[in-house]
Amino acid sequence: MGEKVLMKGNEAVAEAAIRAGCRHYFAYPITPQSELIEYMSRMMPKAGGTFLQAESELAAVNMVYGAAGCGKRAMTSSSSPGISLKMEGISYMAGAELPAVVVNVQRGGPGLGDIQPSQGDYFQATKGGGHGDYKLIVLAPNSVQEFADMADLAFELADKYRNPVMILSDGLLGQMMEPVEFKPHKTEKEMEQLDKQHFDWCMHHNQDEPNHHHHEVNSLEIDPKVLEKHVIKLGEKYEKIKANEVRYEEYKVTDDCEYLIVAFGTAARIAKSAIDELNEEGVKIGLIRPITVWPYPYEAIAKALTPSVKKILVTELNLGQMIEDVKLAVEGKVPVEFLGKVGGILFTPQEIKDKIKGMQGETCK
Amino acid sequence: MQVIAQRPKSLTDLNFTYCPGCTHGISHRLIAEAVDELGMRNIMMGVAPVGCSVFAYKFFNFDMAEAAHGRAPAVATGMKRARPNMHVFTYQGDGDLAAIGTSEIIHAANRGEKISVFFVNNAIYGMTGGQMAPTTLPGMKTSTSPYGRDEKDIGYPITACELLNTLRAPYYIERVSLLSPQDILKAKKAVLKAMTYNKENRGFTFVEFVSTCPTNWGMTPLDAQKWAKENMYPFFPVKLFRDKGVEGGE
Repeated sequence: MGEKVLMKGNEAVAEAAIRAGCRHYFAYPITPQSELIEYMSRMMPKAGGTFLQAESELAAVNMVYGAAGCGKRAMTSSSSPGISLKMEGISYMAGAELPAVVVNVQRGGPGLGDIQPSQGDYFQATKGGGHGDYKLIVLAPNSVQEFADMADLAFELADKYRNPVMILSDGLLGQMMEPVEFKPHKTEKEMEQLDKQHFDWCMHHNQDEPNHHHHEVNSLEIDPKVLEKHVIKLGEKYEKIKANEVRYEEYKVTDDCEYLIVAFGTAARIAKSAIDELNEEGVKIGLIRPITVWPYPYEAIAKALTPSVKKILVTELNLGQMIEDVKLAVEGKVPVEFLGKVGGILFTPQEIKDKIKGMQGETCK
Repeated sequence: MQVIAQRPKSLTDLNFTYCPGCTHGISHRLIAEAVDELGMRNIMMGVAPVGCSVFAYKFFNFDMAEAAHGRAPAVATGMKRARPNMHVFTYQGDGDLAAIGTSEIIHAANRGEKISVFFVNNAIYGMTGGQMAPTTLPGMKTSTSPYGRDEKDIGYPITACELLNTLRAPYYIERVSLLSPQDILKAKKAVLKAMTYNKENRGFTFVEFVSTCPTNWGMTPLDAQKWAKENMYPFFPVKLFRDKGVEGGE
């Protein structure tokens, strides 16, 4: 690890992606992710890679499809309205089993919404968004450091499972500056290995008979029996990802917690401040922070439901999306309450504290 | 015994899925022959579209990508940028290139992407059953223009070569036809030229094939050829628009 530098999340994830061996980046400007595309336009040529400002989000994600189909570490990024446009390409990449990384620096919606932080794209990221039976691996950072670290993780997971991976960030993490420490650049040897890792299926240089290959990068299977097999195979892959890749953080979760907060990303960060203060005031409360929001840490939440837990609070920067997954994990054993903010407005730690105090009052009645 | 004609190495041995009398088989073969003759089979990659030629990725015998509808030039851009030592072409129909994919084709051409685009224009959507295309002629009846294309309501056919010829970057733009054996020989020369420029990484090359769709036009193949000469040529004249490879060709 190198020295710490002060950087915006958008720039940090770009730098980390280059260090992770990404040499093909295609995107279209949109607030609040524009620092990412600007950073790439400065630094990618210096790394000997391709930076291309596409004519649209559609074009950008399909350029990623082409580069990923050639077995290269390719990435695109955008913010919510642009991510909607990328959904076509994301579905095709999932169908064609292409490893690629998509960064969503979420802003308020629906429609054009606004340019402030939001978590309104949770459903889109974790439940589909594009058409068809597919899953994205979705990573949700809650600091600039974690945002940067996830670039490397995202490419590793994408390559391992031949599946697109989304980093679900937001305007706050993208715009805010924090100290961040980067992993070293890939060595020349590592880059060579990366280039060859997908030669068994990707598009690359060919040879004469008998070793001539005809690789097809494709999501079309017109024969229903063949498509059935393909989708079942995808389903088995998703089961494997669920079994192996669930990541979460427990913050001040103890066996005698009376309240639990479940939150991800920026909302979790605010919840941590509230929990610190509540703990000092004697409230037994902890946080479960999903780091992968797909696959979701259902078991971790179920396991934290000790007999002492009276209620769960879900805090999100939306009208209540992840709460559905929390309820699935809780299976009605304790009440699950919700505190949300929309329109790009953040809640304060005090508002979370007030909500918990209110829940305490109801419990006492 | 002497072999005087055989399947090009750049075609797989799968049977084409095209209708009898369709010109896709001819344009596939012209491209495959050019790739063979230029010795490019091991450095070639292609992109298939959505439309009748959606299965083109199965027919060409080298690495192929199947793109989303209209996005072939974007996919090809990603491929060429990812493997600059390889050579890339797209194969697109009129709905794919001139309707849903207008943005992608214009911008790939405008960037001067070092790819070849082969554009099959038969003035109709074949795969979905004969609907109106952006290149459907005024008055032409299709399953979504049952009273004939009304240019006052939906506009005139889009002419792709003329449109792309307004841009500075493209290296070579030519419209040929597949309406007679002589036309096919001329088309072969255009394909060879585009692929030669492609091999030399000279820039964006574009060849449009004026083609027929006997099935959805409701004609015999011969009638379709005759009809195309009489009706399509006035809108889509066979013409060399630009060739930066020869003096005064710009």
